[in-house]
Amino acid sequence: MQIQPILAALKQHKLATFLIAMEIALACAVLVNALSLIVNRLSAMHILSGVDEASLGTIVVTGFEPQQVNDLNARMITGLRAIPGVESVDVITSVPFGGRGLVSGITLDRKHYDSVIEFYVGSPGTPEALGLKLVAGSVPSTDDYQPLVGRDYFPASSRVLITRALAGRLWPDRNPLGKEFWMAKWQFRVSGVVANLAVSRYTEYGERGAEWCVFVPALPGGQLAGTYIIRAQPRQLDRVMVAARAAVAKIAPGVVLDEEDSHTISFLRARFFQADRTMAGVLVGVIVALLAVTAFGIVGLASFWVAQRRKQIGIRRALGAMRMDILRYFQTENFLIVSFGIAIGVALAIVINLVLMKFFEVPRLPPWYLPIGVVVLWLLGQLAVLWPALRAASVPPAEATRTV
Amino acid sequence: MFGYYLHLALRSLRRSPALTALMIVAIGVGIGAAMTTLTVFRAMAADPIAEHATQLFAPQIDAWGLGPSGPNPDHLSNQLDYIDATALMRAHTGERQTVLYKTQFAVWPPQSQLPPYKAGARAAYADFFRMFDVPFRYGGPWSSADDQGRVRVVVLSHELNERLFGGANSVGRVLRLDDDAFRIVGVLAHWDPVPRYYDLRDAFGGTSEDVFLPFTTAIDLHKHSSEGGGPCVAPTPPGWEGLLRSDCTWLQFWVALPTHTEVARYRAYLSDYAAEQQRIGRFHWPPHVQLRNVRQWLVYCHVVSNESRILVLVSFSFLLVCLLNAMGLMLARIMRRAGDIGIRRALGAARAMVFAQCLIEALVIGVVGALLGLALTALGLTALRAELGSDMQVLSHMDAADMLLTVAVAIVATILAGLYPTWRATRVQPAWQLKAQ
Repeated sequence: MQIQPILAALKQHKLATFLIAMEIALACAVLVNALSLIVNRLSAMHILSGVDEASLGTIVVTGFEPQQVNDLNARMITGLRAIPGVESVDVITSVPFGGRGLVSGITLDRKHYDSVIEFYVGSPGTPEALGLKLVAGSVPSTDDYQPLVGRDYFPASSRVLITRALAGRLWPDRNPLGKEFWMAKWQFRVSGVVANLAVSRYTEYGERGAEWCVFVPALPGGQLAGTYIIRAQPRQLDRVMVAARAAVAKIAPGVVLDEEDSHTISFLRARFFQADRTMAGVLVGVIVALLAVTAFGIVGLASFWVAQRRKQIGIRRALGAMRMDILRYFQTENFLIVSFGIAIGVALAIVINLVLMKFFEVPRLPPWYLPIGVVVLWLLGQLAVLWPALRAASVPPAEATRTV
Repeated sequence: MFGYYLHLALRSLRRSPALTALMIVAIGVGIGAAMTTLTVFRAMAADPIAEHATQLFAPQIDAWGLGPSGPNPDHLSNQLDYIDATALMRAHTGERQTVLYKTQFAVWPPQSQLPPYKAGARAAYADFFRMFDVPFRYGGPWSSADDQGRVRVVVLSHELNERLFGGANSVGRVLRLDDDAFRIVGVLAHWDPVPRYYDLRDAFGGTSEDVFLPFTTAIDLHKHSSEGGGPCVAPTPPGWEGLLRSDCTWLQFWVALPTHTEVARYRAYLSDYAAEQQRIGRFHWPPHVQLRNVRQWLVYCHVVSNESRILVLVSFSFLLVCLLNAMGLMLARIMRRAGDIGIRRALGAARAMVFAQCLIEALVIGVVGALLGLALTALGLTALRAELGSDMQVLSHMDAADMLLTVAVAIVATILAGLYPTWRATRVQPAWQLKAQ
């Protein structure tokens, strides 16, 4: 295939060629950057909660007096356990993606407070019910679950589970087991490390890491009341939760069911990330529309050029060119234009990313996104030009003898 | 002449319907996408009380002394602790000021056996309603005397009044919240500012606030913030009194400062206050304070995420691609008609007339494309409202200026796109063109 005649023909349509190349350049730059934004959104949505989301739901009640808590906890645990399909019911202070949890600064030396972390306080069996994965040390034993006194949120001294991420933050490169930290008068000693456990409401702009969490064992009562975590088989969970929400009025008349927070963890998670999901959805929509418009632009222009050159095509065919040659001609022409556009587009994509990084705190574009954009646009160009090129190839040689 | 050219343009467009449709759809889709995202962006970035946006200020005081490991880029908490908030309130340095926090109550429906349910509540000072232009349907705010006296009075939202009293004037009636009786002093008209700029931690959603009560009353009743005790750093003394003496930051504070002089004076007051706290040994670090108005506060709290800004950029790049597309197609179209133009010129049409004819053709495409774009924008906003729920009612109106601007850009771009090929067309030598046939 000779490129020379194609370039000569394109010179006749400098502006149109330039416009379509610019369109492809811009499409390439937007595609690559939007792709990276979508992946960022999706990865933000995929923070690991560290708990068995599919099997867990939570029931939250409010409006009870401090002297009622032991009775309430006993009624709720017994009542909810009686629902068919419920595997376990435990008392916890908050759940991932639920209402706000216990957040506080901690200190290693009782002088300097640095990391602000989240505490999950739970009753015996909670780590097992949540499905926390232990990577070092041991889970709290029965003796580690101590009663809460007065309005305290923690026992005076407790043996706790911390996340791998928090261990790495507090004691980088050292064995966290047996280490101590403090929050006000309360002492915590690390007895085990779990793989993951997310804070209840993570924000990218917040002061905390996504997994700076501690699990504190405690017996139900005192401040540990009102929020219950229900475990059931994933298939039965939705039915169990409907039954549980309905049962609250009978189990504990007079308390108020928190309609907003009493849901499955999967539901709470989906609600928590709704804005991110919408953002990713809109971006996908824009990318699809962008590629469609670009493709139709190529189809339109190529069809036009084919119609314009019917006579010349006829002459070439009469002079012995095969259908394949005509097809190849238009495909090569498209490849040249698209390649020209992509060359500019790749540079533009990098420039746009640098600008976004500077002004919008966007992470650097992973380099391997560029070849994705290049290949997508090449394929798009070839697909779009196929139909006009086939029409061109079907021009009969007799066309050469006709006027106009 | 215009009518005739319009007629010609429509005829010529009808000759290649697919290509014409393609150009129109490209322009329409581009405008639709750009306008939809721009409207969403405007709704999120808007300050609902524009005239007050530069007069209401949120002070911040460093009560932690964490230095670089503190929250936010300037190491300040978004909220105040009880000691600082009440001190600022007592000082009464601004024209109007209020401490705020969100809490919740069990509402007992009167005269019925219905179970109680949870309602979001906001504890505030009486100034809150004037400062934030809260509209009243019945009654009005409680008085400063009620603030002082820790009186059990409430203002209900329009929605709660509908639910409890069927929308009747309930001022003067008594409502049981938790275990206490409150006298209703006012009922609001519908009020749902988006974003909820006075408490930005849940700017676009969360529970609406159905009950407003005096801050002092809420403190009296030991009502915790529904967000918990807020982040604390130093050891928290036990109990409710402990929370009030702690450095837990769980309160919002707003002050109205209408003039620059007052802003400067308040800034000085804040620094003096922090310096005083250092002198008496409560702060072991130099004064570090900030004062931001609503507009700056929205930016500081990342209410409009960088992502939504980027989304607007992406959409406008898309519009540019669509316009380039339409330009390329239009160019090809007009170039093809060199023959026609040659004949018209040979028959005596002046260059200017040919020029006008081609431009009107471009104009038709631009206008129809823009109209399609507006229709698609309405569709896009409806879809987004369905997706995002009723919290985003603000999205229901498009900004007229934005709309005009985008439509103008589309029409100007199509005309510009038509200019060069039209100019080329007028350069056609009639004789040469006729001969080539």
